Amino acid sequence: MSTDVTPRSDSTPRRQHLRVESLDLSPTSYAARGRHDRWSLRFDRRVVAVCTALTVAIVVVFLTSLAVGDYSIGVLDVVRTLFGNPPDPLAEFIVNGRRLPRALVALLVGAALGASGAVFQSLSRNPLGSPDVIGFTQGASAGAVFVILVVGGSLAQVALGAIVGGLLTATAVYLLAYKRGVQGFRLILVGIAVGAMLISAVRYMLMRAELIEATGAQVWLTGSLNTRGWNHVVAVGIGMAIIMPVLLGLARPMRIIEMGDDAATGLGVNAERTRIGLLLAATGLAAMAVAAAGPIAFIALSAPHLARRLARAPGTTVGSAALMGALLLGVSDLVAQWVLPHQLPVGVVTVSVGGLYLLWLLAREGRRHHV
Amino acid sequence: MSEHRPESRLHGDDLTLAYDERVISQDLSVSIPDGSFTVIVGPNACGKSTLLRALSRMLKPTAGTVHLDGELITRYATKEAARRLGLLPQTSIAPDGITVADLVSRGRYPHQKMFRQWSAADSQAVAEAMTDTGIADLKHRRVDELSGGQRQRVWLAMVLAQQTPILLLDEPTTFLDIAHQVEVLELCHDLYSRLGRTLVAVLHDLNHACRYATHLIAMRDGRIVAEGRPGDVVTEQLVQDVFGLACRVVDDPETGTPLVVPAARRRAAVPAQA
Ligand SMILES: Nc1ncnc2c1ncn2[C@@H]1O[C@H](COP(=O)(O)OP(=O)(O)OP(=O)(O)O)[C@@H](O)[C@H]1O
Ligand SMILES: [Mg+2]
Repeated sequence: MSTDVTPRSDSTPRRQHLRVESLDLSPTSYAARGRHDRWSLRFDRRVVAVCTALTVAIVVVFLTSLAVGDYSIGVLDVVRTLFGNPPDPLAEFIVNGRRLPRALVALLVGAALGASGAVFQSLSRNPLGSPDVIGFTQGASAGAVFVILVVGGSLAQVALGAIVGGLLTATAVYLLAYKRGVQGFRLILVGIAVGAMLISAVRYMLMRAELIEATGAQVWLTGSLNTRGWNHVVAVGIGMAIIMPVLLGLARPMRIIEMGDDAATGLGVNAERTRIGLLLAATGLAAMAVAAAGPIAFIALSAPHLARRLARAPGTTVGSAALMGALLLGVSDLVAQWVLPHQLPVGVVTVSVGGLYLLWLLAREGRRHHV
Repeated sequence: MSEHRPESRLHGDDLTLAYDERVISQDLSVSIPDGSFTVIVGPNACGKSTLLRALSRMLKPTAGTVHLDGELITRYATKEAARRLGLLPQTSIAPDGITVADLVSRGRYPHQKMFRQWSAADSQAVAEAMTDTGIADLKHRRVDELSGGQRQRVWLAMVLAQQTPILLLDEPTTFLDIAHQVEVLELCHDLYSRLGRTLVAVLHDLNHACRYATHLIAMRDGRIVAEGRPGDVVTEQLVQDVFGLACRVVDDPETGTPLVVPAARRRAAVPAQA
């Protein structure tokens, strides 16, 4: 392998620290290299553009959600407050104490859901493969509801219940779907079946519970960001900081596995081990999101779709799906709080918007296949 | 069958190959001569793909061992094995909407790292593979919009881009028209004769196998029935034994290698003009 044979760099008078060149693979693919080719990254121009646009949109939504409310604060004052220079103590209390943690939880949970959905869609090779379709969200819900109703545990214990429930479900689904490796379609079918059983378990627990407790659990089951504080931010933040790097590291082999296990093995990917790693990471993200905000529907399903549609690039990119998830949940929470006549749990908004999106998608697909 | 084993970087010994309870091959030993073009022939479902999958670590043998470069193949890190041995599976899945060049570029995966994602060698290997398989003009087309034969050549290009010294090709010429079949076989010839690669291919066309193979392996019911130089092993009796087909074996007028002509069961559908 002669990676250092790049005649152009020898004849260049200046030493270049970073070179970006277009690759002849598609009109939008590029490579960026460091000096002496010590590192190189391959990227798609359109994916980068989409990620940039999403980041800008997220910042706008983020600042908006810090500014608007019963006591509205100018955006400039919001920024000043964030940089430790608040116009008055009340603004500081409202921004830093109330709105900031909620907005951060929305972004983190949205990103976790988006990334997790991207992984499940890739693994199952199916646009319907998302943690809320294949049962993992239901598992997390069942775990949480069990802790709320049967154990009567604290918030932290509820979160733990959700995570344990999610992971147990993932293990069960994986083992039930296993047949000399796990195939995408089996994963979805088994997941749907297990999810349905878990939903009835949740119903049963709700039925047997006292009315007040059941109402509390019901609110939690809708998915809500009300009263989310700094402890939630820290918990989800740490979880993301651990899982996201693992996931981004596995993103390249993940795209190779999309070509089938034989092709992946031929290219040097340990398909089964990579798949288990991805499943663990994605289940962890989904369970963590559920633990923090309840089972918020449809973000995991629609964020990867939308990101892919915008980037018009093949395959699933975890990063853009995460950004799209953050944006979607941020916007949904703004709508849930301020646009509708009554404040609603954000889960209600994502269900309605997500449902409409799914209908539109099906109608479109239907038209395309209709000759 | 020769008693002594020629120099061989890739060999399987006493293999039992099975899917769950269903045993396909038992006590199967095979060694692939280096720098040769080995062709495996045999009827459908006789276990050709199964053997290739075992030799390329896709299928774990129930018993027996596969050695690559003197080392158990399972001992290699899978990426290291992928730099030595490439496999074109009989069927693969193209990710939705992927373009030809992008798919071919995935053949470079075993040569890349997380922070060494693209090198000049990668560009060169991909361009070469596409030129060799005659798909350079298609490079920006979507794979799911191609014809079956075009698609087959794209997958072949992906494996070629991997630039492994050993290449296992499961039916590389299926779906191809006769001209492209010959082109692919000529390319295989080039790869072992000019570049010293070791090639193994499953082919269904016996005449192509006879013409291009340096080493022929005939299989039936999971066993190797005969192996050796095509001129030595291909006889009327062998074709009868392996495929259950009555035929005549004559000399290929072009190359002198065996030419298998199936026996006529009835007169020609349209009689030749007198
Ligand atoms: N994944 C699988 N699971 C179970 N049985 C299998 C599997 N793949 C192949 N088989 C069985 O193993 C036997 C050998 O199959 P194999 O694919 O090796 O045949 P082949 O010689 O390559 O045939 P062909 O010429 O049709 O490609 C067949 O009976 C087939 O049904
Ligand atoms: Mg086969």
